[in-house]
Amino acid sequence: MLFDKFQAMADFQTELSRRDVKPFGAITDEVISATEGVVQGRRVILAGTNNYLGLSYDPRCIEASQAAAAQWGTGTTGSRLANGSFAEHVALEAEMADFYGVGQAIVFSTGYAATMGMCATVAGPDDVILLDADSHSSIYSGVKLSGAEIIRYRHSSPDDLAKRLRRLGDRAGRTLVIAEGIYSMLGDVAPLQEIAAIKREYGAYLLVDEAHSMGVLGETGRGAAQAAGIEDDVDFIVGTFSKSLGAVGGFAISRHAILDTIRYCIRAYIFTASSSPSVVASVRQALRIVREEPERRERLWDNATRLYNGLRELGLPVGPAVSPVVAVEFTDREQAIAAWYQLFDSGVYVNLVVPPASPSTNFLLRNSMSAAHTPQQIDHIITAYRGLLDAGLATPKTAA
Amino acid sequence: MTTFGEKAVNDNGSGYQTYLAFLCELLQKHNRQQVTIGESTGLVTDLGLSSLEVMELIEQTEDHFDISIPLNILPDVNTVADLAQKIQQLRG
Ligand SMILES: Cc1ncc(COP(=O)(O)O)c(C=O)c1O
Repeated sequence: MLFDKFQAMADFQTELSRRDVKPFGAITDEVISATEGVVQGRRVILAGTNNYLGLSYDPRCIEASQAAAAQWGTGTTGSRLANGSFAEHVALEAEMADFYGVGQAIVFSTGYAATMGMCATVAGPDDVILLDADSHSSIYSGVKLSGAEIIRYRHSSPDDLAKRLRRLGDRAGRTLVIAEGIYSMLGDVAPLQEIAAIKREYGAYLLVDEAHSMGVLGETGRGAAQAAGIEDDVDFIVGTFSKSLGAVGGFAISRHAILDTIRYCIRAYIFTASSSPSVVASVRQALRIVREEPERRERLWDNATRLYNGLRELGLPVGPAVSPVVAVEFTDREQAIAAWYQLFDSGVYVNLVVPPASPSTNFLLRNSMSAAHTPQQIDHIITAYRGLLDAGLATPKTAA
Repeated sequence: MTTFGEKAVNDNGSGYQTYLAFLCELLQKHNRQQVTIGESTGLVTDLGLSSLEVMELIEQTEDHFDISIPLNILPDVNTVADLAQKIQQLRG
């Protein structure tokens, strides 16, 4: 029957509801700061957000948002192509284009809509899309809608990408290659220099999703492409306002003037209401802060280094390099769930990630750092992880 | 890696039998229920492959025959024969 396919998920939810707090969808009762909150009655350090620069609770952003709500009202009630283009949206687009040093930008209502919409539209039925095997759900959803031929390359493997472009022959010139700046689950950075060189060699196009890297990487915070020095090779960048900028919404930018025409072909842009002006105003303020306070980026990386080194010294299986996302891998599902609960009981909220959201059959405790975390908070997180080892709820990596 | 070559099996030059034999051998590793693997064996229905295992099978096949198998064809692939036919078309 129609609902049979949901049974496995229903069983999993029942299993998790044996306790009053669920790792998926735990309810935040109160926000104390960018890094602390009360989650279902317990005061916790928030180490499972994407609040990389700590801007979600910045007084300047809140004030801008309040002023815009008073001036423009709470919502636009319509699409950008109908009644929903306010001066705020247009101003943010100009500021995003300026931030990236390009001619055009599009603002979307969510990051998901931006990525999905661009991936669904830029390549069409006669074209080819080459996407990283570990791409985010919004990329997979988008390419499915595109009508293009869809081929996966092995995660962050320039060799595999090159092989596949070679196999395409003349069609390489009609191919859109898709990569992410920082991959959200393990925090690894894409080898964009190598990818750009291959893209250039075969005359393909490149779209980079900087959802987790905008504001986080690059000399001025433009992301992984800037950090890799290959911005001229990137045809389209998409990203989100929901992480480093602490609000909600998404964007696409391009050095190709055609982006302004593509805008009118993106369903996820046309057939949805535009962002509330209050949200747009806070994003504009956050972008100003990103430009004016590069020290936030430095603090974020210092914090990431502190957490990464701390967990690595405990012998926990973390990734190969420091990143604002520090994931601890588990092979055993029960152990991962029990570990999540113990961290929560120790006052630390992290993300539990299960397949297929994790890139392998492993389970993850995904920790994300913020520029707003204090060294004391990070040490508290590390101590909570030590507690997992003491309780036999985590397995140290054998002599790395 | 298997040693199946292009000409290893007599299949009138179409390659189909070669692809079939390659897939059957590769799938032995996933044969948890010890079923007899043949053309009509279902990858998910009979062998219970997870989506990760299907992708692994696709990647190994791609490497071996130097092809790319588009994701678009996967909804049409249920059995070993379906996949062998797709490889044949892609190499055609
Ligand atoms: C790579 C990637 N793209 C797009 C998105 C969607 O962004 P948002 O959550 O702001 O809609 C996310 C985050 O969820 C992401 O990780």
